[in-house]
Amino acid sequence: MKHTISVLVENEFGVLARVAGLFSGRGFNIDSLSVAETQDPDLSLMTIVTRGDDQIMEQIIKQLHKLVNVLKVTDLQEGAYLDREMVLIKVNATDETKPEILRLAEIFRGKVVDVSPKTYTVEVSGPEDKIRAVLELFHPLGVREVVRTGKVAMPRGLQTPGG
Amino acid sequence: MELTGAEILVESLKKEGVNTLFGYPGGVVLNVYDVLYDADIRHVLVRHEQAAVHAADGFARASGDVGVALVTSGPGATNTVTGLATAYMDSIPLVLFTGQVPTGLIGNDAFQEADIVGITRPCTKHNYLVKDVRDLARTIKEAFYLARSGRPGPVLVDLPKDVVVGKAEYAYPDAAKLRGYNPTYEGHLGQVKKALKAILAAERPLLYVGGGAILSGAAGELTELARVLKLPVTTTLMGLGAFPGSDPLCLGMLGMHGTYRANMAVSHCDVLVAIGARFDDRVTGKIDEFAPHATVIHVDIDPTSISKNVRVDIPIVGDVRNVLRKLLGLANGADPAERDAHLAEWHGQIAAWRETHKMDYDQGRDVIKPQYVVEQLWEATGGDCIVSTEVGQNQMWAAQYFTFDRPRRWLTSGGLGTMGYGFPAALGAQAAFPDAVVIDIAGDGSIQMNIQELATAVQYALPVKVAVLNNGFLGMVRQWQELFYDRRYSHTRMDVAPDFVKLADAYGALGLRATRPDEVRPVIDQALAHPGPVMMDFRVAPEEGVYPMVPAGAPLTKMLLV
Repeated sequence: MKHTISVLVENEFGVLARVAGLFSGRGFNIDSLSVAETQDPDLSLMTIVTRGDDQIMEQIIKQLHKLVNVLKVTDLQEGAYLDREMVLIKVNATDETKPEILRLAEIFRGKVVDVSPKTYTVEVSGPEDKIRAVLELFHPLGVREVVRTGKVAMPRGLQTPGG
Repeated sequence: MELTGAEILVESLKKEGVNTLFGYPGGVVLNVYDVLYDADIRHVLVRHEQAAVHAADGFARASGDVGVALVTSGPGATNTVTGLATAYMDSIPLVLFTGQVPTGLIGNDAFQEADIVGITRPCTKHNYLVKDVRDLARTIKEAFYLARSGRPGPVLVDLPKDVVVGKAEYAYPDAAKLRGYNPTYEGHLGQVKKALKAILAAERPLLYVGGGAILSGAAGELTELARVLKLPVTTTLMGLGAFPGSDPLCLGMLGMHGTYRANMAVSHCDVLVAIGARFDDRVTGKIDEFAPHATVIHVDIDPTSISKNVRVDIPIVGDVRNVLRKLLGLANGADPAERDAHLAEWHGQIAAWRETHKMDYDQGRDVIKPQYVVEQLWEATGGDCIVSTEVGQNQMWAAQYFTFDRPRRWLTSGGLGTMGYGFPAALGAQAAFPDAVVIDIAGDGSIQMNIQELATAVQYALPVKVAVLNNGFLGMVRQWQELFYDRRYSHTRMDVAPDFVKLADAYGALGLRATRPDEVRPVIDQALAHPGPVMMDFRVAPEEGVYPMVPAGAPLTKMLLV
């Protein structure tokens, strides 16, 4: 089963390598990982999408805790949470496809952020299923390039991994 | 007061109570060595950096203090990796200082540059690259604190040349402050009560004790608990000595080369109490059939050890010694008669297993059996010595036939299985205890992996006695080839080996040889009487095997008993 976990870490040299090395060294999967500074510049928050049965998830969380630079690990699956991902999609733009590209962008509340004589680049953000749907619909129009940020996530309401 | 980085390092070591350092100098650590030249710290110059780390490790295992080593950058640092991995697998507290090229050159492929922090990330508890001399004292404080606290382990501190040359105000912190590190020492009382209830209700209880009991200094509490509640005890390879091997409640070691009674007991017990042990595959055999009837209680300071390999029914995260004290406090006075009847039956069963298959070998008149050498070492010393081993058959025979009644007398690479560990580890233990008898039980293969340390032994008058069980083979691999590869001895015969007696002589040590059983004891007695380092070459039966043996992946009840 897929899990989204938040990992609050000290914003120090080598921490990303420690976390990534832990996953690769112990054979855990990383579907996506995104990391950036929090409101406190001494801390960074990682959002990691991983998968495994209960025993593997328990190990992943305990092993992350064991790293000296890791302050807090939250399995977001345990409560309600928000998640978002952003995708940039560069599609072939011809006279026939241009209206469809614009229509799809509008339906998904995306926007065209770059235009060239032969391509449109569309930016869309949203939860995972929305991103998947967008990509499926753009596919027949001739997608040249896709770049995704990976998921960022936080619990709903007052509980925050940073607090 | 303003000091250079090198001075800060040496002052900080003194503050940590370090009196012995194992090391090897080189370009970027020259400033540190210059300070050591007239510092009040003993430096043992090894002959290979790997040995420096193993020696610090042996020092730590024997004494319980943090072992310390110092090497230069690049190859000096990479040579320590095996030593770090060995200590990491066995949770041994040590701090290794490595030199590094100046911060301005890092990443430039400078001469003798290696990204040792990157290389050792997976085989240290934590590691540091110190980029500013003002961070040095704090980093050293943290390194020692991390090494010895919680589940202990090796910590590496990488010191660029400009950091040891640069100057900073020196003040050694009183305590390390680490926001993300907070080991749990006290076991949860509710869980402890639950565990005690299960133990008291058990009809066939068994304690399964690992190295964690020794690391936490819990041998006394463990022995008391087992005796008060009449609980039989089996130990892992790492746990030997945590409980007296000569106690009637002791079943010996379990696992691949464990005793028949220990493996039968773990397979039939109804409550298994794992204490500072981690359910290693060499212990469990086929995991699905390990302790199939047991409610499993697991005491460990490291939460990741719990439910990693085996589902645990009653986990207790905490320091073994603290948890055992709580158990003892609650256990006093709880010994109803009904329990005695069940236990008598269980102890009777164990005694019957003991009689069915005793640990035994057949020492004839002509050829020395390796087990006999181990037993004679035990007899000649009365067991009052520190024993290290290399890895393979020598290690298993030592574990099986030497009886350990006290903790910190047994130094062996359990997790990583590092050939070449035993001799430098013995030197480290001897440096910690100059008056102790220290014996390295070795094989003719393993000893050659760090044999250069004979020079260190002679230079520092470390009178370690090396007992080479010389069978002309890489014996354990040969044994697997015999059993599972149709006796095809592919590249396990050591056709050429040095003359160990002449070799010892060449280094200025004493070399002795025994080729017949009746020569074994006189050689041992002569070695023990000699004040300096000795290498004993025992020509033993070439194809003797280690038994019992549970083939890899088989359940513990399927022992080869030959």
